[in-house]
Amino acid sequence: MSAAMPATAMGTIAPRPRQQRIERFAGLSFVFPAFVLLVVIDIVPLLVLLYLSFTNYELGALSSKFVGLDNFRKTLVDPVFRRSLGNTFVYVAIVLPAAVGLALLVAVLLHGRRRSRSFYEVVYFLPVTSTLIAMATVWQFLLHPSLGPVNGVLRALGFHEIGFLSEPSYVLPTLAAIGVWHLIGFNMVLFLAGLSAIPRDLYEAAEIDGCRSGIDRFLTITWPLLGPTTMFVIVTTSITAFKVFDTVAVMTRGGPMGASEVLLYAIYLEGYQYFHMGYAAALTLVFLVFVLIFSVAQTFALDRRVHY
Amino acid sequence: MASVELRGVGKSFGNVEVLTGIDLDIADGEFLTLVGASGCGKSTLLRIIAGLETQSTGSVLIGGAPVDHLRPHERRVAMVFQSYALYPHMRVFGNIALPLVMSRLRLFDRLPLLRLLSPRRRRIMPEIAREVRAVAEQLQIGALLDRRPAQLSGGQRQRVALGRAMVRRPAAFLMDEPLSNLDAKLRVHMRSELADLHARLGATFIYVTHDQIEAMTMSNRVAMMDNGVILQLGRPGELYARPASVKVAQFIGTPTINLLPARVNADRNVELFGMPLPIRVRQPAGAALTLGLRPEAIVAAPPGASPRNGQVPLFGRLHRSENLGAEHILHVDLAAPASGTVTCKVQSDPGDVVDSARNLALLFSPAACHVFDADGRRVADTDTAGAAIDAGVPMRAVSP
Repeated sequence: MSAAMPATAMGTIAPRPRQQRIERFAGLSFVFPAFVLLVVIDIVPLLVLLYLSFTNYELGALSSKFVGLDNFRKTLVDPVFRRSLGNTFVYVAIVLPAAVGLALLVAVLLHGRRRSRSFYEVVYFLPVTSTLIAMATVWQFLLHPSLGPVNGVLRALGFHEIGFLSEPSYVLPTLAAIGVWHLIGFNMVLFLAGLSAIPRDLYEAAEIDGCRSGIDRFLTITWPLLGPTTMFVIVTTSITAFKVFDTVAVMTRGGPMGASEVLLYAIYLEGYQYFHMGYAAALTLVFLVFVLIFSVAQTFALDRRVHY
Repeated sequence: MASVELRGVGKSFGNVEVLTGIDLDIADGEFLTLVGASGCGKSTLLRIIAGLETQSTGSVLIGGAPVDHLRPHERRVAMVFQSYALYPHMRVFGNIALPLVMSRLRLFDRLPLLRLLSPRRRRIMPEIAREVRAVAEQLQIGALLDRRPAQLSGGQRQRVALGRAMVRRPAAFLMDEPLSNLDAKLRVHMRSELADLHARLGATFIYVTHDQIEAMTMSNRVAMMDNGVILQLGRPGELYARPASVKVAQFIGTPTINLLPARVNADRNVELFGMPLPIRVRQPAGAALTLGLRPEAIVAAPPGASPRNGQVPLFGRLHRSENLGAEHILHVDLAAPASGTVTCKVQSDPGDVVDSARNLALLFSPAACHVFDADGRRVADTDTAGAAIDAGVPMRAVSP
């Protein structure tokens, strides 16, 4: 304090009020464009969505009525919504472990390769670069009961053909398999990045300390040190899986008998097929809450793991 | 504890030969240092002993038995890495315990979750904990067992790495530049601690460093390596006092040894800048030689001072001096007929010896000279008239 006093008295170190005002103004004007974008792109639509969810607005209607929490009450009893929520969770439950586990396996296997690594990386990454809607059409052909090569192979092997997309009990696993196929490449790249960040020294130290097998090395070094990567992959994968839409819209349209109705597709139907904008807005809010839960889980889990 | 022997160990990566025919016997309980500039193959040699790298030729024996077919952990060696290679996700306890956990528990006892069901683990873990504590106490890190490596200072990490090596009571400790990540002060401290540890454990230490001071201060013997071969193997004092080649002479000792061009004159004496020195050699007359003169073997004197006790004078002009507190490093440009720059280390103020034109005389005893032939090898039979041949005692640099 005593050292700062004379400097303040001389007025050389403490900024003068005018200077302070200019700095404040400059700072705010730098923040302003980003703030406007945030408001226009995120906050205003969110508020509009919130407002719509309390009304019975229908697309094209000239007037709408404020209905309070009616839309949300309806979600609790709406069989379509409950079915699509259940289906979505089943879909996530299949895609999440498979897309994370297989991607980790592929990454660990590829990490040891030298010359063939880039070839396999491209092969596994190709589905990520493709447009899922276009690929869904291709899958539809591949899985076609009579024309598709997959059933052709099954027939040739003496099995019955399988209605992958027409059998209610098969349709979700089939869609999940396509979802996994589409996600593995991306997750693999994330895991490969995580693997390259593990120092080679650690594996050598582990080898000297008695880690004999690949399982020992994986359990002692690889898996724990991939923790942060895995957490990130799990969260992004679950959000992506939760948003499943393209394959359903192109291949099954929620069928057969609602067996592949999922949350986003239900919202799409309510909003753009039945024009129930108010109800669709309420469903969207529910959807956002789930995504928010995943994101919050990520933030907390990642924060807890930054100790090294 | 065990001896380590290397028999004709060689290693090449493709066409590049990094180690050639290394033969080395390291006695049980010895502290041997492999020293050399980076890229000389010393780390590769250490990694071959550890089993992290496979040699192209030759054989490694630990405790008299060949270990070439054994995996690293089966060789019963422990290694301390330059980066310490501590497991960042484990606490200090886990880091030190890992070698014991790996050797005493089966895979089932170590699996996540399933291990909670293992009675064997419950029986063995307290033993391991006891041994880990004992080692931690020895290294004075007993209070840190619950910390993670990221929460430790460099010196503490170093001790944890040592603890992880000690806990398995290895046949030999292999250390790959363990002090190079520490700051200068801590490095000096850990140097003496490592030497103490070696004395206390009585274990075989093989220590790799590029720092000649570490090599000189801690080891029983030093192996100086260059270009994949051992240039000289001997006690630290030997490498300093009787370097086998110019390269060894240049590497050991600070400041670096002065190398002056010389030749053999008609009387078979060494001739330096046209001045015959009383050093007899067997090389033919006219052969080129290199004369090595340690900076600390030179005495700075005023230009007019008369040499005593057979000292030989060189004259020059003070170019620059560095004050190290207790001593001064002088860089002197030699005056004709001599040429070149000579570094010398003196304890007096350079102002006391130079004249107004910064001229001074450098006096040295021919007995303190190291003579090397044209290929850089030490000329074995030098004979100085009068003065004792034993160059093992370096002359102290004292101004007259």
